[in-house]
Amino acid sequence: MRPPTSLSERGYCPVSYSYVDLVAVIIVAVGFVFMNYGIVALFAPRNPKQGEKLETYECGELPFDDALVNFNIRYYVFALTFFVFDMEAIFLYPWALVFDTLGAGALLEMFLFLWVLATGLFYAYKKGVLHWV
Amino acid sequence: MEWWNSLPPTAQVWLGGILKGSLILVWGLLNFAICLMLERKISAWIQNRVGPWRVGLWGWIQPIADLIKLWVKEYIHPNNVDKWLYLIAPFIGFVTANLVWLIVPFGDKFIATDLEIGIIFIAAVTGYDVIATFMAGWGSNNKYSLLGAMRGAAQLISYEITMVMSLIGVVMMAGSLRLSDIVLAQQERGFLGWFLFPQAIGFIVYLIASLAELNRAPFDLAEAEQELVAGHHTEYSGMRWAMFMLAEYIHLAAWSAIAATLFLGGWSGPTLGQVAAGLGNVLNGFGAFVNPVGTAVADWGMSIMGSTVLNWIAGVFWLVLKTYFFIFLAMWIRWTLPRVRIDQLMDLGWKFLLPVSLFNIFLTGTLRYVAVTFDGLPISIGSFTMRLLGWWL
Repeated sequence: MRPPTSLSERGYCPVSYSYVDLVAVIIVAVGFVFMNYGIVALFAPRNPKQGEKLETYECGELPFDDALVNFNIRYYVFALTFFVFDMEAIFLYPWALVFDTLGAGALLEMFLFLWVLATGLFYAYKKGVLHWV
Repeated sequence: MEWWNSLPPTAQVWLGGILKGSLILVWGLLNFAICLMLERKISAWIQNRVGPWRVGLWGWIQPIADLIKLWVKEYIHPNNVDKWLYLIAPFIGFVTANLVWLIVPFGDKFIATDLEIGIIFIAAVTGYDVIATFMAGWGSNNKYSLLGAMRGAAQLISYEITMVMSLIGVVMMAGSLRLSDIVLAQQERGFLGWFLFPQAIGFIVYLIASLAELNRAPFDLAEAEQELVAGHHTEYSGMRWAMFMLAEYIHLAAWSAIAATLFLGGWSGPTLGQVAAGLGNVLNGFGAFVNPVGTAVADWGMSIMGSTVLNWIAGVFWLVLKTYFFIFLAMWIRWTLPRVRIDQLMDLGWKFLLPVSLFNIFLTGTLRYVAVTFDGLPISIGSFTMRLLGWWL
């Protein structure tokens, strides 16, 4: 059985340096997209005023009304539920990381937390929040 | 090398970062081309067709032809779009797809950035995917796009919860969020130590949730082409549309690599040295009839076992093999199962997979605690049973 310690006693960059790579990947990826757009600008025909091709696509009909309408309340409800559960998942991660060394107390406490979580889910279920109309 | 050392550290870090970014980009594009062709070939195979056949050998350079076609397509900027949202959305989609590759380990210390918060990073990057989908749908000012984006956002956030919860079991087993640590933790019992076995519930939940996160059939409600034309990217054409396609397939490959890393042992697998040493052992009859050929093969295997480059090559080989296993699985599912309805999708996510993944955390916690606690005790019947129970963990 493996001793309950972390395996991370290996060399790594300090945090401030390791995020430079993240920025660099973003820069390179954005640069790639711009490069493609540049090639398109060089080679592709441009004829914007022709016909009705600039109209919004609605399967051949001329579009009517604006598409940006009110949307159904159920989306907000799901967004709120998502928010609650995402926060709770973030609380679970630090516990999962070190729980080997914490012993029975932490285990029981976290099960209590999970139980509260499950109760919340059950409540939402019973209230019909999770029911897609 | 001397030139490199003469640079100031900041310049080294930035140049290294740009180099890594370029390698990730090239790797992503390579995977994109292969996945695109695989998708077409596999769909053709499943539906008894031939698939692309004309361009190059059996149609395998079709992606190049597609690329050239896309370069000479006019890009249309429709009248009614919300200009900035419409223009920025493809960038966000493409950038997040590339970012996932940053933390995929290809071998021991062969990784672009070994972030300590690996798994949380994955969840964060997924969050941006939702934003790209929604920006595209809202910015297009098109009814189909908006419907697709709404559905896509609801689906992505629902399944993100499920995915994050299903990975907690893995974190508990490995005791680390860093992906390379997770791979190392899986190497202790050969392939039996892969988290696929002790985390079977989490694995299945993760597979389903990642299919939904990727917007792939049977969960492709955001771009259900029979009802919504093309969903959130209806108004995009030419190269801008291609960015969504690129993002989709690079994401697919990246997700498969993450799944392979977390559950199938990532880059772990026999290296060339180990294979040669084992072969030499077999030729020697496990010591029964030692002969020069067997000894030579075994010695050669032992001598190259410590070679970093060869081990890295083996790591890349195994990782790519496992990744493409998952990619094939995703394509097989896509071309076999019909699309689910939105209420079925939400019910599956919230009422089934989420409770199941909570139960998985409970189960893993209990068994793991038992395994750790009873490890030091002398073997009695009770603790033996407990150890048997906790053996996987």
